[in-house]
Amino acid sequence: MLNNIQEFYNILPLIIIGTGILVSLCIEMYSKKSETVLPWLSIIIFLSAGFYSLLNVNYVSIVMQNMLATGGIVNVFYFIFTFGAAVVSLLSIDYLKKYGTYFGEYYLLVQSSVLGMMLMAGAKDLFVIFLGLEMMSVSFYALAGLNRHKLKANEAALKYFLLGAFATGFIVYGIALIYGTASTTSLDLIASRFSYLKTDLLFDTGILLFLIGFSFKIAAFPFHMWVPDVYEGSSSTIAGLFSTGGKAAAFSAIIVTLGVLFNNAGKNIFEPYLAVISVFSMLFGSIVAISQSNIKRMLAYSSIAHAGYMIIGLAAGNNDGLSGIVFYLAAYTFMNLGAFGIVAIIEGREETNLDLKSYAGLGSRYPILAALLAVFMFSLAGIPPFAGFFGKYYVFIAAVKAHLTWLAIVGVLSSVISVYFYLRVVVLMYFKEPETELSVERSNTGLLAVIISVLLVIVVGVAPGSLIGLITSFLR
Amino acid sequence: MENNYLLSFLILAPLAGSIILLFFGKDKENLVRYFGLFVSVLAFIISLVLFFNYDLTKGGFQFVEKFDWIQNLHISYNVGIDGISLLLVMLTTFLTPLTLLSSWKSIKHNVKEFTFFMLLLEVGMLGVFIALDLFLFYVFWEAMLIPMYFIIGIWGGDNRIYASVKFFLYTMFGSLLMLVAIVWLAVYASSSLGHFSTNLLELYSIGPTIQANIQEWMFLAFALSFAIKVPLFPLHTWLPDAHVQAPTAGSVILAGVLLKMGTYGLLRFCLPLFPQASIHFAPYISVLAIIGIIYGALVAMVQKDMKKLVAYSSVAHLGFVVLGIFAMTPEAVQGAVIQMINHGLSTGALFLLVGVVYDRTHTREISEYGGIARVVPVFATFFMIASLSSIGLPGLNGFVGEFLILIGSFKSPVLNSWWYTVFAASGVIFAAVYLLWMYQRVFFGEVKNPKMSTLTDMNNREIFVLASIFLFIVWIGIYPGTFLKVSAKSTQSIIEQVLPNKIIGMK
Repeated sequence: MLNNIQEFYNILPLIIIGTGILVSLCIEMYSKKSETVLPWLSIIIFLSAGFYSLLNVNYVSIVMQNMLATGGIVNVFYFIFTFGAAVVSLLSIDYLKKYGTYFGEYYLLVQSSVLGMMLMAGAKDLFVIFLGLEMMSVSFYALAGLNRHKLKANEAALKYFLLGAFATGFIVYGIALIYGTASTTSLDLIASRFSYLKTDLLFDTGILLFLIGFSFKIAAFPFHMWVPDVYEGSSSTIAGLFSTGGKAAAFSAIIVTLGVLFNNAGKNIFEPYLAVISVFSMLFGSIVAISQSNIKRMLAYSSIAHAGYMIIGLAAGNNDGLSGIVFYLAAYTFMNLGAFGIVAIIEGREETNLDLKSYAGLGSRYPILAALLAVFMFSLAGIPPFAGFFGKYYVFIAAVKAHLTWLAIVGVLSSVISVYFYLRVVVLMYFKEPETELSVERSNTGLLAVIISVLLVIVVGVAPGSLIGLITSFLR
Repeated sequence: MENNYLLSFLILAPLAGSIILLFFGKDKENLVRYFGLFVSVLAFIISLVLFFNYDLTKGGFQFVEKFDWIQNLHISYNVGIDGISLLLVMLTTFLTPLTLLSSWKSIKHNVKEFTFFMLLLEVGMLGVFIALDLFLFYVFWEAMLIPMYFIIGIWGGDNRIYASVKFFLYTMFGSLLMLVAIVWLAVYASSSLGHFSTNLLELYSIGPTIQANIQEWMFLAFALSFAIKVPLFPLHTWLPDAHVQAPTAGSVILAGVLLKMGTYGLLRFCLPLFPQASIHFAPYISVLAIIGIIYGALVAMVQKDMKKLVAYSSVAHLGFVVLGIFAMTPEAVQGAVIQMINHGLSTGALFLLVGVVYDRTHTREISEYGGIARVVPVFATFFMIASLSSIGLPGLNGFVGEFLILIGSFKSPVLNSWWYTVFAASGVIFAAVYLLWMYQRVFFGEVKNPKMSTLTDMNNREIFVLASIFLFIVWIGIYPGTFLKVSAKSTQSIIEQVLPNKIIGMK
């Protein structure tokens, strides 16, 4: 019995979100004030689940008949997801009002997607990964097309759904092959059998298909086609969630799967595959982002490039690589949500002000928004002392340790390319005169969300030690 | 010297000042100016305390502070200064208040932001000179790009956007390759130290053990980054753009301090960390330096724009510094260090003077001027002194540095040929040609342009700024010992690190 109570405490973050979904559903059905209640309720749910995970980060355990791990790095991921979702909810309050398109399902779907992400991060079994993935993805498809009167949103949802389903097909096929060769779906058992499995071509194909499927989800080249259209078509806040929470969840699934294999493998046999998609993601994302004129599309391509940097950590496949990815994901969540937050604040009714030109002269018109966006841009470009720099530094360390110095060199070269388009935003904001009319509706909650993000970007950038300590203590 | 956190105060003062500035009202422009000046003078006073408390007899790194920063990666906040960094710190804290004073009137819009970025820039520059951890060094090195980028981009000339982006991308390209090299070095260190390390003092003992061909790659990665900053021919193309477009204060800091970060990096990191590679590449780099000296001078000669002329003269002067560093004799390296200071003072003064007339006439075209010596005699005198200092007239500072470098390179065991000295010496003559020719065209003859006849002479503020620079120009020229002895021990120890055997032979 005690065991069960302990289990209950360990999975409390999941239970909080799960209960939250049900409560939100009831409120949405029976209350007329759901529009004002739901956002705050979901923020409270996310924050309580997030801080609970952070406080109990040291209670590492495996629960639910070896299906789910809790504590440790899993809780770090829980915190990243819930923090991201809380920021998104905070941003959404005024954003949805501005659009006048409030749908009750909005916050509900955000919550259920977060629950899916949490299942992926904690999974100890391939089925749980799949369950979580589908829970997240289906919520995402719906969120992408939630604004059903908008043609682009419909296009985004359909595109996301079709390509997402396609990717899921790869993953399921991969799981089938893994199960067929390992005769189990438990990750620990697969890991213990890995020494003889790794010579099995079918098994390797299974893992490869699994990786390809997740390459879609993390928006890596050449499985990135959906990214710009979906980010552009969905609301800015939701695009922020896709690019941070969604990416982090997919990476967490790869880490939990490959992490156990790496520990037993000695050498990372998927290094060539990962290195190649990393190189192409970085270079493709950075180069194509230069030619974008819509800020959401630019951020979408930048998100592809960032996936590439994170894959460096996977290709390295050592502990530094995995810790580097987790750190990078945390940093990326803070800075990218901040950037999308500013985009959401500046975006006017009817999809206006999304053009990069609208940002011209922002520095003199809205100095605070401009300064915040400049910090996010510098951080995304990887310039110290902001968080993004340290994320890159960390994966480069991993790459050099794994004798992949050439990959780190490609990484820095693509960083130089990416600096160009990040700087262009700063150039527009500060060095150019305004070209178009721009009136930004005041959004206190949105500003609060962005300021929290900027503080984290600076604090994590200047003092990354404690976060790294936390991550590395669990990834050994 | 016991630990008294002086160095931390030194960088915290401008940092705190810049943050406090953010809370000032937008309309309180004068208050902002005085506050910025106050903070930068405070930093100067702290650096004076450092100067007087630095133990010359002991040499080595002093005022060292070390705290764990990122424990898991063994990265520490580790700062300390030796004689070389002390001089450069002094130069930085000395020039910053002067540039703020010089832009008292010329910066009219966004004064608060300007002062904010100038103070942040000071933090970055000081950090580069005092960091004893490669990671910390890199953070300051890169972070410093942001304020400079804004200074060029917001307050610069017509073509400022192109110049600022070019400046940023060029520097970033070099430094990111250095980042990979830093990571590689830190990982390499873990095989003998047992842990990842970016501690410079630890790496000093490890760097030379790297096998020669890898050392060469490491050297190139570091040297590329520094060579872009210096800038060494043929990587100098960002410099004229950045200099010409930057506001006067930006040019002064750019020429006075930022370029020194490159030569400082060569001296502090490249030579002691990769001694074999440094010796291997010394002739090649010296050739580039000499090409820079001659090319910079020739291009300066044909410039129509005064600021561009001064900018190209920087390429030539820094060529001397690089030659001095890679000659690797005590005289040459001492000369290089003092020449870094000299160039900061005399080129800084020239940029300030060009700024003084530009504020009044809004043109820098040499052909627009002519005969203004009679209209503005004080200005003409000051310009003469600055030019002569830049040319290297005996009795003024430039002579000391160039002379030491030429002597040192003549008997350099690494370069081992006196041809370097011959070609470099020709640069001194060219310098006289382009500067005096410009002087003649601007100041002598008849006043052709009616606009120039109403030119007002320098005001007290401008006279004060330049006079304080001239104080040091003359001081170094007449009695360089004050400054040479500060860096003597440190340059000696760097040379011993690079050439352990040869230096003993010379003694």
